[in-house]
Amino acid sequence: MTAVTPVLEADRLVKIFGEHTALDGLSFSVAPGESLGLLGVNGAGKTTAMNLILGLTTPTSGMVRMFGLDLWKHRVEILKQVNFSSAYTNLPSNLLVWQNLLVFAKLYAVPKPKQRIEEMMELLDITHLRKSVTGRLSAGESTRVNLAKALLNKPRLLLLDEPTASLDPDIADRVRKLLRQLQKDTGISILYTSHNMRDIDEVCDRLVFLHAGKVLAEGTPNEVHQQFNRSSLEDLFIGVARGEVHAMGLIDKADHLKTS
Amino acid sequence: MFESLNRIWALTLRYLFLYTRHPVRLVELIFWPLVDLLMWGFLTTHLQQQGAGDFPKMITYLIGAMILWDVLFRAQQGVAISFLEDVWTRNLLNIFVAPVRTFEYVAATCFVGVLRVSVTLLVLAVVAAFAYRFNLASMGMGLLPFLGNLILFGWFLGMISTGLIMRWGQAAESLAWAVPFFIQPLAAVFYPVSVLPGWLQPIAMSLPCTPIFEGMRTVLAGGAVPWGQVQYAFFLNLIWGGLAALFFALNLKHVRKSGLLVKVATQ
Repeated sequence: MTAVTPVLEADRLVKIFGEHTALDGLSFSVAPGESLGLLGVNGAGKTTAMNLILGLTTPTSGMVRMFGLDLWKHRVEILKQVNFSSAYTNLPSNLLVWQNLLVFAKLYAVPKPKQRIEEMMELLDITHLRKSVTGRLSAGESTRVNLAKALLNKPRLLLLDEPTASLDPDIADRVRKLLRQLQKDTGISILYTSHNMRDIDEVCDRLVFLHAGKVLAEGTPNEVHQQFNRSSLEDLFIGVARGEVHAMGLIDKADHLKTS
Repeated sequence: MFESLNRIWALTLRYLFLYTRHPVRLVELIFWPLVDLLMWGFLTTHLQQQGAGDFPKMITYLIGAMILWDVLFRAQQGVAISFLEDVWTRNLLNIFVAPVRTFEYVAATCFVGVLRVSVTLLVLAVVAAFAYRFNLASMGMGLLPFLGNLILFGWFLGMISTGLIMRWGQAAESLAWAVPFFIQPLAAVFYPVSVLPGWLQPIAMSLPCTPIFEGMRTVLAGGAVPWGQVQYAFFLNLIWGGLAALFFALNLKHVRKSGLLVKVATQ
């Protein structure tokens, strides 16, 4: 039986900024077709991990591999098969929606770009926004346009950084359902960072709970909160944020569970 | 190669959309250079009328210098402002996580620089011809290598400006406009190098634009194109190009290592 190559492997990633260790030997992997959530309180290292995976920041040590290739040696080849959407980046606000999508379709060398753009606009129900100025879109519209951009190149791995952060519950729910459906239909792999437990519960098959740059726990959402005798992921999150889990020595327990 | 050209074109297209969607952006390419041209033009006309001009071609020298300086400045702006456009619109991360090589990104901004130069040059040449009877083509065969060298140096100054902005963030964005003016006093744009103190002259002659402005004055005074000066400027450009690329690459490496790239892109 041959082992399946993960679409993404973070291998003992360490990132030190001056005196501060943002990531301390972080390792995890995303299997083909899997949706993995990176969860953690502010400062846990989610964004740093995402930035290292995207190649925006270089690690102090450790390695990122995608599709079995070293990110820093095969950056362009890898990034052709990956895409990204974040609540914290925008497409150029002064261009029309179709202009932005056309620029990125060309950047990713999408075959038949106009046809693909139409498909994505229909999928995300933004056809009516084709000639809208990107900067004048509502948060929900903007998120859908960003997702359209992120899906243009039919990525094998989609990196999503808090995509529902600025959305109302209705739109956030639609985006979650869309992502789930997309994953079911296309087998795309997703790495998803969020503060929102519902996002993780609904979208992710598995999660990695980060704390102080280390893996506190990993498993399915149910497995993770049950490891700590918490009623839900949200309860665990609050416990970590308030230091209750740490105070109970459960971080050590998590380390023990991981290594045993 | 084809893939690279395709990506350079895609990045250029983004800027073309920007300029065509916002014609007001063209004001920057036309309005300020025109103001400069009119100011210098009328000033030199006045000086000549007062008999203050020792040399009969003062107006020609100054207008020629002003136009060629603008070529350098617009080429530099093409690189630096294009980068800032991506910072201002928080689009930089989208570009840096796309399959774009650094040289492709820089090449696209350089190409935008050439487009900006073309627009400005065309307008200035026409206005100078009508208002002051200054014929840019009077530089003859020297014009193209003069322009080429100035555009090259403008690109390299743009890369240096961009490197500085990446490293120091948006607080340093005024450098996008200031960097060319740091070197202007030494570039002998409006006066010969011989005017500078002796110890400054070798420094001035280490800038690729200085021999070009000297050459321009020679040609406008009726002399032959000083090909030696043109070659010397090109040689200096090769050195400056290497240093600017190294400076840009080292800064990019630094901001990736320190996490500043993400901060600049999302602030």
